[in-house]
Amino acid sequence: MTSARNRELLALVPVAILLTAGFAGVFSQESEKLGDLSLVYGGYFLALCVATHVFLRIRLPDADPYLFPLVATLTAFGLVMIYRIDETLARDQANWFVLGLVLFALTIQFLRDYDVLERYRYTIAIGGLLLLLAPRVPGIGQQVNGAYLGVKIGPIAFQPAEFTKLAIVVFLASYLREHREVLIVGARRILGVTLPPLKHFGPLLVVWGASMFMLVFIRDLGSSLMFFAAFLALLYVATGRFSFVAIGMAMFALGAWFFASTVPHVHDRIEIWLHPYNEPQGTGYQILQSIFAQADGGLFGQGFGQSLLTIPGTDNALLPAAHTDTIYSLIVNEVGLFGACGVVLVYLLVAARGFKIALLANDGFSKLLATGLTTVFAFQAFVIIGGVTRVIPLTGVTLPFISYGGSSILANFVLLALLLLVSDRARREAAEPNRRLETRGMVP
Amino acid sequence: MNRQIVKLFAFIVVLFGVLIGFTSWWSVFDAEALKEKNANKRPLLEQQQIPRGRILTADGEVIAKSVPKGKGDAKRYVRRYPAGALLGHPIGYSFVQYGDTEFEQFHNEELVGEEGEFVSIVDELLGHRQEGNDVVTNIDADAQRTALAALQEVGYGAVVAIEPSTGAVKAMVSNVSFDPNRIPSDFEQMSQNGIETPLLNRATQGLYPPGSTFKVVTAAAGLDSGAITPETTINAPGSLVVEGTPLENDYGTSYPSAGLDEALTNSVNTWFGQLGQQLGNDTLFEYMERFGFNATPAIDLPEDAVFDSGVYEGEELLRASDPVDLARLAIGQERLLTTPLQMALVTAAVANGGEQMKPRIWKRVIDPEGRVVEEMDPSTYSNPISEETAAELTTAMEGVVSEGTGTNAAIPDIAVAGKTGTAETPGNKACGGGIDENQAWFIGFAPADDPQIAIAVSVECTPEFGGDVAAPIFREVAESILNAE
Repeated sequence: MTSARNRELLALVPVAILLTAGFAGVFSQESEKLGDLSLVYGGYFLALCVATHVFLRIRLPDADPYLFPLVATLTAFGLVMIYRIDETLARDQANWFVLGLVLFALTIQFLRDYDVLERYRYTIAIGGLLLLLAPRVPGIGQQVNGAYLGVKIGPIAFQPAEFTKLAIVVFLASYLREHREVLIVGARRILGVTLPPLKHFGPLLVVWGASMFMLVFIRDLGSSLMFFAAFLALLYVATGRFSFVAIGMAMFALGAWFFASTVPHVHDRIEIWLHPYNEPQGTGYQILQSIFAQADGGLFGQGFGQSLLTIPGTDNALLPAAHTDTIYSLIVNEVGLFGACGVVLVYLLVAARGFKIALLANDGFSKLLATGLTTVFAFQAFVIIGGVTRVIPLTGVTLPFISYGGSSILANFVLLALLLLVSDRARREAAEPNRRLETRGMVP
Repeated sequence: MNRQIVKLFAFIVVLFGVLIGFTSWWSVFDAEALKEKNANKRPLLEQQQIPRGRILTADGEVIAKSVPKGKGDAKRYVRRYPAGALLGHPIGYSFVQYGDTEFEQFHNEELVGEEGEFVSIVDELLGHRQEGNDVVTNIDADAQRTALAALQEVGYGAVVAIEPSTGAVKAMVSNVSFDPNRIPSDFEQMSQNGIETPLLNRATQGLYPPGSTFKVVTAAAGLDSGAITPETTINAPGSLVVEGTPLENDYGTSYPSAGLDEALTNSVNTWFGQLGQQLGNDTLFEYMERFGFNATPAIDLPEDAVFDSGVYEGEELLRASDPVDLARLAIGQERLLTTPLQMALVTAAVANGGEQMKPRIWKRVIDPEGRVVEEMDPSTYSNPISEETAAELTTAMEGVVSEGTGTNAAIPDIAVAGKTGTAETPGNKACGGGIDENQAWFIGFAPADDPQIAIAVSVECTPEFGGDVAAPIFREVAESILNAE
């Protein structure tokens, strides 16, 4: 199926053009004359993409042809936005992008038989949870805005939650693949509610506990929500029991309510969300400025490089955390509602391709893995975009592939690699109908 | 599992739809309201990045301009007002911290050069920087200067001068005025609610009892409704008991069979009081509303900068159905309060043969390349009275200036039509509570046979009469405008 790769190559061309045009737009704002630097950047970017494409052509010839160009679009867009905020940050981000591609290639190279992940599922889950704890370890942990999100060892800082989300999805996919039937069959109806059997539900309670724990211990509302959503989505897909999801949501709501009233940090976040105008210059500043920036965008935005980020004549931020948390607001401000719709659409397309992969996959683990990865990715986008648009409380999650941040880029490229691995196998098997599917132990 | 995956995808589509919904709400549907929020300094900060256009007088004097401050990222434009206090009103000011007011606020879009979203996209692609347009006003700097100087000699007050045929505002003065350049440093002090209230535009926000100048409206209603003709006579005794209280003429003079000319020339209270009673609520209110009372004048100033004139009960405006003392309303008493602008509009309507034009401060908009983008097109607000009524009123008002209470307004060799007014406002808190305080008025236009300018002068807190303190100011301002032509 080389035609898939040809489509991918073709799709990369507009991405490179977009990047070139974006840089051109920013340059024309900054220097009022257009150099050929934007072409150079566009060229580099295209070269990297083509190299990745060639690698995919060799290693995963049958993988989904649209995912990589879609992700490249997001990355290109993110690079332009970050460049427009700060050149040095953009250079860092570009380096992270290259590193991300390397990690992407390594994952594909060495995890070709990704079933191996199933074997180490407990190790992976425990490793992921331990990673989460790292930010509370004295000496390496970092507290940002009251949440413990970062780890800093020497010059390297990273956000473990980004990698934990992969670990949890892998664990859940594997665990549910094995236990989904007992979960369905063993379910009992009590007082008109279908409850899962406790014995097999235990490990899943651990995931719920982990989410709650994150809420309290590292105070990260956003990641907690993201993990739990992935958990419920996988539970639903694996068992087909909506009642499990309802119970899960009720438990989460209960826990969230309890902690919202007892943990000050969580309580504050919710207060700010509900009443941002109480302290427009204080705690409500970020969300209000985020919304004001959007109000100024209108339908078509102010144009690349036009947005005010700091109050002129001072270093005070007019849009705080524009390169990470509120980058979506900056996008609305500069390219308007239409541009923002485009970005949301790209995320939706990524989700669509991800679920398509899950649909095509032939074995339970692949299906659940693809579903889980796609869900966690989509929810990450939802949590941060929803945060800056006041759909939900604003929390510090990155906008995948667009926000500045090395951990986010690396983790999401691994996520993409896993999705393409699943896709390649599924589509190859679909192309070879004679192949014995049972070898994968799948349940039709 | 596939069915669940499809449902899950559908759920995520819904979630993303919610994101688009919220983004649309903030960026488009609720955007205007958000831009108005106090906590939102973004629109003003952004405007600071744009060289705001200049505001000029009719003959090209610079009233307001923007000057660059700072360099690089810190570069921004700050407003300067070379004309200073001369045009504090009605131009107002524009500063990030204090917002925009008056003319600066109303013409903000032209001044920052905001155009449609589609146009700005094209501009952006072409790499054009946004730049504001200049707005030329109808203000005659000399007339403005004359009016301000004259007012400063006699006290607080306002002058409004309008070209009757176009509605062009040639002068609008409020004393005490303020220097917009001092807003950033002295705002707190200026906005204190004292007696001077420099930030109050007395021409459009000052509500004063109009006194006898309102007899022009009563006379217009009488003539135009057919209740009287110029020949109709009314027996006007020196004193007349109305609603239990005597209504008296100046010096208690009685006029046994006075026609309109005699009654207006001598400002006979009992004559107009009886006419008012004869007209009744409906007719009098109908004509008041035709002249623009009970509504916000259609001038190019923000709504909160222009107050409605009418009969006030507290904050409420009374209508024809409400009980009023008609005789006292007819002579400008009762609870009637008007702005100087409203009286200028009444005068201009009479001067323009009964057609009232919308008042306009702006004259044209010029883009940075010097092209005229837009030119003020005179438009009619209403036709309160017929041409015939206007002519008859003009004759009566000429009598006021040639031989009545308004002789101080007379200009050599030019026929002037006018009306004086003196409303007693003893104990007026706005004046500091003096006993002999009057609100002195003069409204008029010239030349009477070919009106070029209609002017309302109102002086607050004065012991003198309208004919003595306001009429001379009318003359000075009218001369300044007529001589310039």
